[in-house]
Amino acid sequence: MEIKQTALAGTLESSDIQIMLSKGTDGITIDLESDVEKQFGDQIRKVITDTLAEFDIDNVKVKAVDKGALDCVIKARTIAVAQRALQTQNQPAWEAF
Amino acid sequence: MKNNVNRELPDDVMNALDYQPYQTTNIGNPDIQRVAPSVHVQTGDDKLVDSIEDVVKATVKDGMTISFHHHFRNGDFVFNKVMRVIIDAGIKNLTLAPSSLTGVMNDMVIEAIKAGTVTNITSSGMRGSLGDFVSHGNLKNPVIFRSHGDRARAIEHGDIKIDVAFLGVPNADKLGNANGMDGKAVFGSLGYALMDAQYANKVVLLTDNLMPYPNTPASIKQTQVDYVVQVDQVGDPDKIGSGATRFTKDPKELKIASTVNDVIVNSPYFKDGFSFQTGSGGAALAVTRYLRQAMIDNKIKASFALGGITKPTTDLLNEGLIDRVMDVQDFDKGAADSMHTNPKQQEIDASWYADPDNKGAMVDQLDVVILSALEIDTKFNVNVMTGSDGVIRGAVGGHQDAATAKLTIISAPLVRGRIATVVPDVTTVVTPGDSIDVLVTEYGIAINPKRKDLQESLGHLAGVPVYTIDELQKMAAAKVGTPKPLEFTDRTVALVEYRDGSVIDAIHEVKD
Repeated sequence: MEIKQTALAGTLESSDIQIMLSKGTDGITIDLESDVEKQFGDQIRKVITDTLAEFDIDNVKVKAVDKGALDCVIKARTIAVAQRALQTQNQPAWEAF
Repeated sequence: MKNNVNRELPDDVMNALDYQPYQTTNIGNPDIQRVAPSVHVQTGDDKLVDSIEDVVKATVKDGMTISFHHHFRNGDFVFNKVMRVIIDAGIKNLTLAPSSLTGVMNDMVIEAIKAGTVTNITSSGMRGSLGDFVSHGNLKNPVIFRSHGDRARAIEHGDIKIDVAFLGVPNADKLGNANGMDGKAVFGSLGYALMDAQYANKVVLLTDNLMPYPNTPASIKQTQVDYVVQVDQVGDPDKIGSGATRFTKDPKELKIASTVNDVIVNSPYFKDGFSFQTGSGGAALAVTRYLRQAMIDNKIKASFALGGITKPTTDLLNEGLIDRVMDVQDFDKGAADSMHTNPKQQEIDASWYADPDNKGAMVDQLDVVILSALEIDTKFNVNVMTGSDGVIRGAVGGHQDAATAKLTIISAPLVRGRIATVVPDVTTVVTPGDSIDVLVTEYGIAINPKRKDLQESLGHLAGVPVYTIDELQKMAAAKVGTPKPLEFTDRTVALVEYRDGSVIDAIHEVKD
C-alpha cells in the first residue's frame, strides 16, 4: 500500500524519535540519524519496518531522527505517523497496538 | 597477555614500553627512589622576560617532554599561546604531559600532532574532537592515561621526566613567587601544577599580573622557577569554572542523591570525625545538600572534605560542619574565593592528595567517596574514559585514587537515553571492581558481594531496594535492548594505567 500524504510524528527531545513519511516508489527506504546508530541502528530500522508492515505500507520514504528512543516509543511514533499518512487517524488501528 | 580484570593487553606495546599488567589494588610497602630535577644556578635577577618566543628558544628542544596544568579548564589561554610558538618554531617529537587536556586545547593539540610537533601524550583524559582524533588512530604512539595520583607518582619516579613546564598563574613576582588566588583569572588551588613546579628541569611561569616582590602567600616558590613571562591575559575568568552552582531539579538525580545519602548515613563510617569526597556533577552536589541536613540532625561533624572542591562544600566548612577542606582543585569561583579567606581550606599538591607511592596520601585516610560512571559492569569495574561508541571522551581524574576510600559509592542512572549504564562488561576498565563497594541507581542499590559487612548494614533500609548487580544489569537490558557489540581494530591508541603504574586496560582504534 502507498500512503496518501506526507506526515510527521514525534519530537527532537531526548529519548524521543521524529519520523516523517513521504511517498516513495522503491519499497520502504529508511534514512536514519541516531547517536546510537552503531549499537541500535538495525534494531530501530527493524521496529519501523515491522510496524509499517502492520499497516500494509510497502512503498514509502522514511526520514527518522532518533534521540535515544526506546523500542516502545519508536513503535508508538511509527503508528502515529502511519495513520496520519494514511489519513486514518480518526479510526485507530487497534490491532496494531 | 591478560591482567587481573580479565583484559587482553597488546603484548607488542606492553613489551616495547616495558609495562606490567594490573594485578591488585593493594600497593603494599615497597621502598622506592624518587628523582630530583636539575638546577641551572642563578641569583634570580634576570628571570623576567616578555616574549614566549625567547623562552621557547632557550628551553625547548626536539624530543623533550613539556607540561602544562589544567586549572584554567576551558578558560585557558596559556596552552594555546605557548603551543602556537612551539609549532611555529618547527620543534618536533615532543611528549605532551599536561595534568589534563581541556576542550579549549583540542584544536591546537590536533594541529601539533599533524605537524609532528607532538608525537606522544600522557594526560588524565581528553574529550571532544581530540578524543575522536586519537580514537581514529591519528596519533602514532599510544596515549598514556594516568590518574592524578598516578601522574604524581610517575613524576616522582621519573617515569614522566618533565624538561620544561609552562605554568600559567594569575599572579607572580619577578622571581616566580605565585599563587592561584589573586588576580583576574583566579582558580584557587594550584594542586596539580605544584608537581610540575617541584620536579621539572625548567619551570616557566606565565602571568598577566606582576606583583611587587616578594609575593605571598607563595604556592609556587622562587626556588623552583627559571623564567617569568608577562602576557596580556592568562585566562578567561568566566570559563574557568561554573559560576554559581545550581542544585539539580532533575527528579532522577535527586532520587539517586537521596539514596546515596541513605547509604552514607546508614554505613558504619557516618560518625563524628568522618571524611568524604564528592565530585562536581548534579547528583554529587545534591548529595552534599542531603548530607548537610543529616550531619545537623545527627550532630555529626566531618574532619575533612577532599579533592575537587565546590561551593556547597566550602559552605559546610564555613558552617563548621567540616573542620578542614583539603583542596587539590576548585571547580567553581565560590570554592576558589573561599580558599583565600578561610585558612582551614588547605591547598594540597597531587602527591599529597593521591600518590600511592607515599608516606601516606590523603586518599588513604578517606572514609567515604561518591564517584560517577559512564559504565559499570557486573564485576563492579567502572569506565569513565570511553563513550558508548567506544570513542575516548573522558578522564581518569582522581577516580582510581579516591576509590581506595573505605566506602566507595558509584552514583549513576541505570540507563541514559537508550544506553545502559550497568552492562555485562565495560568498554574500558578504569577503576577495578575491587575498589567499588556500592552502586546507587534510581531503582535501587547493589552492594559488592565482597563487602559482607555492608550487606548487613545496608541490606534492609526502608525505601532502598537492594539488588544484585546482575539483576540491575538485566533490568537495564530489558529497557533498552541488547546493543550490537562495538567494533575496534587491533591497533592500540591508548593505555590506561592503574595508579601503581601497571596497565589496567588498552583502548583500540574504533572501526567506522
